[in-house]
Amino acid sequence: MIAKRSISLTVNGVRYEATVEPRLTLVDLLRNELGLTGTHVGCEHGVCGACTVLISGKAVRSCILLAVQADGADITTVEGLSPSGQLHPIQQAFQEQHGLQCGFCTPGFLLSVKELLADHPDPTDEQIKETLGGNICRCTGYQSIFAAVKCAARKLADPAAGALATGVAQVG
Amino acid sequence: MKPAPFDYAAPTSLDEAVELLAANEGESKVLAGGQSLMPLLNMRLARPGLLVDLARIPGLDYVREENGAVVIGAMARQRALERFAPAATLAPLLAASLEHVAHPQNRNQGTVCGSLAHADPAAELPAVALTLDATFRVVGPNGSREVAAKDFFVTYLTTVLESSEILAEVRFPAQAPRTGWAFDEVARRHGDFAMCGVSTTVTLDASGACRDARVVLFGVGATPIAPRAPSRR
Ligand SMILES: Cc1cc2nc3c(=O)[nH]c(=O)nc-3n(C[C@H](O)[C@H](O)[C@H](O)COP(=O)(O)OP(=O)(O)OC[C@H]3O[C@@H](n4cnc5c(N)ncnc54)[C@H](O)[C@@H]3O)c2cc1C
Ligand code: FES
Ligand code: FES
Repeated sequence: MIAKRSISLTVNGVRYEATVEPRLTLVDLLRNELGLTGTHVGCEHGVCGACTVLISGKAVRSCILLAVQADGADITTVEGLSPSGQLHPIQQAFQEQHGLQCGFCTPGFLLSVKELLADHPDPTDEQIKETLGGNICRCTGYQSIFAAVKCAARKLADPAAGALATGVAQVG
Repeated sequence: MKPAPFDYAAPTSLDEAVELLAANEGESKVLAGGQSLMPLLNMRLARPGLLVDLARIPGLDYVREENGAVVIGAMARQRALERFAPAATLAPLLAASLEHVAHPQNRNQGTVCGSLAHADPAAELPAVALTLDATFRVVGPNGSREVAAKDFFVTYLTTVLESSEILAEVRFPAQAPRTGWAFDEVARRHGDFAMCGVSTTVTLDASGACRDARVVLFGVGATPIAPRAPSRR
C-alpha cells in the first residue's frame, strides 16, 4: 500500500487541503475531489488541451500533471475566470463570435487564450495560431475561435471598442 | 485513476535524488516536466515503482550565458529557453527549433533536459544538440561526468544515462561566426512529432571557404543521424 500525501493548493483564490495518492492527476483532483467540473478531460495524454488550466498564469495540461506536483501551486480554472454569473471578456468574445458549438473544448481554449493575451495584448496572427494549435476543437473549424481571440484582444484593450464587434463573424 | 500505483519522492538536492534513484535501482524514474513520462504512465506503458521529482530541487531551473555558451539546468522549461533572448544570437538554430517542440502549453511544463534524456528519435532538441556539439553534464552515484552529444544518444528512447544518473545540465556552444543554419521538419500538424526533419549548419572561414558543414536528420532512424560530412569536390 502506497502512503497518501497531504497537499495544499490554491484554486481560483480558494485554498484547498487534500490527501491524495501520488498517481492522482490534477484534473481528477479538480473534477472528482474538488467538484470543479468545468475543466474537461478528453485524451488524457496531453494532446487535446481540453484539460488546460493556468498555474501561476501559465497554461498547462492538467491530465499529465500529478496532484502532488501541484502541491503549493496557484491554479486558475474556467470557474475562476470571472465572478459567478458574469462572463469574462474572453468568454463574451467567444459567445459573440460563435467561438464554440458543443463547448467541450471551450474551457481549455479560454485558459490558453488568457495566457496569450496576458503575454501579448495585441497578438499577431501567428501568435494566435501557435496558441490555438495546442487545443483541439472538433466542431468549429477554428475560424470563429480565431475571430473570438481578436475580438477578446479588442475588448480587453478597450471595453467600449470591443462591444462594436458584436455579431460580426470575421473569418481570419 | 489512470496510472498504476507508484510512490513519489520530491528530494531537495541532486545528491538526495541520486541516492533515491540508486536505492531503488531499476524501479525508479526521474520526473521532470512529465510531458513524455505522464502519457506513458496514463497509458500504463511504463510502471515505475517510484517517481523522483526534480522540481523541488532549488536552483536547477536556470538558462544562462556562460563564456558565449547557452547553459541550461535540468529543470529549465522549454518555454524559459524560448524567452531567453540571448539564445537567438548565440545559438539561433536552437532558438528556432523550439517552436516545433510540441505546443506552448506543453513547453510551459516540459524541460529541455527531459527532452534530451527521453531521446525520442523524432524529437527536435537531440538533433540540434548533435548539430551544435552540445555537452551534457551527468551526475550519478560515482560523481559527475561530461558526455559529448555524439556519444549521448544510443538508440530509440535510450541514452548513455544509467538508471541512477541524472542529466544535470546541457551546454550549447555559441554558433561560430559566419555560420549559416537551417531547421525544418515535416509533421502532420504543427506541434506534432516530426515524421522527419533536418538541422544543418555551414561555417565559412575568413576567406569565404567552407570550414565545416553539418547535416543532422531526425525521425528517420533510432537516433538523430549525422551522415558523413559532405566531401569536398
Ligand atoms: C501533445 C504532445 C506533443 C509533443 N510533441 C513533441 C514534439 O513535437 N517534439 C518533441 O521533441 N517532443 C514533443 N513532446 C514531448 C515533450 O517535448 C516533452 O516535454 C519532453 O520530451 C520531455 O521533457 P519533460 O521535462 O516533460 O520530461 P519527462 O516527461 O518528465 O521525462 C521524460 C523521460 O526523461 C527522463 N528524464 C527527464 N529529465 C531527466 C533528467 N534531467 N535526467 C535524467 N532523466 C530525465 C524521465 O525519467 C523520463 O523517462 C510532446 C508531448 C506532448 C504531450
Ligand atoms: S485531456 Fe489533457 S490534453 Fe487532452
Ligand atoms: S466546440 Fe465542440 S469541440 Fe470545440
